[in-house]
Amino acid sequence: MEIIMAVLAGILFTTGVYNLLQKQLLRIIIGTGLISHGAHLFILTMGELKTGAPPVLTEGIENYTDPLPQALILTSIVISFGVTSLLLVLAYRAAKVNGTDNMEQLRGNDYE
Amino acid sequence: MSNLAVLPILMPLIAGILVAFIHKKTTLVRNISKGLAIINLVIVGLVFMQVRDQGSIVLEMGSWEAPFGIVLVGDLLAMTLVLTTNIIAVACVFFAPQSLSEKEESYYFYSFFFLLISGVSGAFLTGDLFNLFVFFEVLLMASYGLIVLGNGKAQLRESIKYVLINLFSSMLFVTTIAFLYSVVGTVNMAQAAQRVQEVEQQGILTTIAILFFFVFATKAAVFPLYYWLPRPYISPNPVVSALFGALLTKVGIYSILRTFSLIFNHEVGLTHTLFIYLAAFTMIFGVVGAISTNNIKLIVAYNIIPAVGFMLMGIGIFTEVSISGTVYYLVHDMVIKGVLFLLVGATAYVAGTSDLRKMGGLIHHYPVLGWLLFIASLVLAGIPPFSGFMGKLQLLRGGLGEEEIFIVIIGLVSSLLILFSMIRIFIRGFWGEKMDIPIPERKKTGNLMVLPAAGLLTVSVLLGVGAEWFFPTIESISQYLMDPEIYIDSVIKE
Repeated sequence: MEIIMAVLAGILFTTGVYNLLQKQLLRIIIGTGLISHGAHLFILTMGELKTGAPPVLTEGIENYTDPLPQALILTSIVISFGVTSLLLVLAYRAAKVNGTDNMEQLRGNDYE
Repeated sequence: MSNLAVLPILMPLIAGILVAFIHKKTTLVRNISKGLAIINLVIVGLVFMQVRDQGSIVLEMGSWEAPFGIVLVGDLLAMTLVLTTNIIAVACVFFAPQSLSEKEESYYFYSFFFLLISGVSGAFLTGDLFNLFVFFEVLLMASYGLIVLGNGKAQLRESIKYVLINLFSSMLFVTTIAFLYSVVGTVNMAQAAQRVQEVEQQGILTTIAILFFFVFATKAAVFPLYYWLPRPYISPNPVVSALFGALLTKVGIYSILRTFSLIFNHEVGLTHTLFIYLAAFTMIFGVVGAISTNNIKLIVAYNIIPAVGFMLMGIGIFTEVSISGTVYYLVHDMVIKGVLFLLVGATAYVAGTSDLRKMGGLIHHYPVLGWLLFIASLVLAGIPPFSGFMGKLQLLRGGLGEEEIFIVIIGLVSSLLILFSMIRIFIRGFWGEKMDIPIPERKKTGNLMVLPAAGLLTVSVLLGVGAEWFFPTIESISQYLMDPEIYIDSVIKE
């Protein structure tokens, strides 16, 4: 199960990087979204995948799920959600003010 | 008393939220922000004194014991850097009203500013790797708000690149933490250090160390990952550039210093030797960039990069002398980069351009500004008795001690070129025949801008002239960093 999840995270990373390298701004943002999904799945996988065990460790319980990766993912999801929404607004404004959403034309070689 | 460790994070956070409610009353917000920044500095100063006299303060949040809960570790290194951060913050908050338009001020500048300070302090104080990521995001979020303030064409264009590179490296940071967690089963720095020590940093752990280095190097602008830095740093307002230049890359360097002196310090031959080579390239490429341009803001922005090289060199050599050099240089560089960005911002403002070819003879109209910039250039290049000299002396002594002659030579040559790149601003911009004052109505504001920068420069000069006075503290920090057991014992009590 861990191997399948690791491969899945790998596929998300690959597609994410492919999209990051595109010229269109929106595709780049979708790429960052895919990469963050990959990273989140990866944290979950690294904390071992188990079903049916409680996330607590008290006396007498030997089989338990690790709660820490879940707490980490939750924080990370909220952060990437915030950054993505900010990036969308920023991209919209930048495309509108500069009159293009093509990264080739947003290089800024003309800088002063 | 250990609650003191959270104050440097909590105070600016509350201040940031407070000023958000009154953001439209510009005069009120200005004065309240100045007051809050000073109060903050005083409190941080008191906590610093306490830490210096009585040792580190460790706070276990919510009384969860160390490896399980989140810890804040207010040790001497962290508190020194937090104190420096707050000194720069005070100078910037006094500079801001002159340099920002009233509209920009009312669009939550002061809120973002305080949140940035809160995030930077948090990153210095935290004792938990995942929490370090969270504080990175806090300070980055605030910086995203600051970098687009003003809504200019070039500003929006550059800020997209800035956000993307930081988002990418943050995601890589999370992935690396997941790797580390799967191997050592903890994200607490002290416990991770203990467990890495037990297995003597075998195989995969060194790979993880390099991944961490890659993440922090992106934030700190180390060769070859510095390409994103200069342009986003000069596109916003000078006061924002000063905050970025003084604080953000230094958080990256601090993270490298912390992780590679505490956790990954067993494969020095592999990781730290790599740092020395990268430091050499960082110095060369940064200083070449600084010489290549005629834009005065870009010259200062490129000068961030060789400074990062110097600090990385100290970490790479990894002896007590070189680490004390790095710590000293870190404090010196935070202050002097703040001064330079403020002074150059004021110069560009009064000249009405940042192109050196269009300037000249400014010294006749702005003598104080000119001479301050001259002194700041000497401080940056490391002319004795200024603070840059002490830091470099320790670094070069460390390098000679370990017989790394080649990095010492590159360091000396790049110092010379740094001086050349800065003096060009003085020669081309300030010398020359007396010309008409470029924009007369800016004279009054321009002179007001000089005051906060002069105050900050005084701190920098004191740091150099009074080196004897500061040095015992710096040396005890480097002794402390070279012995990770002290840190581990202060966090995990058994």
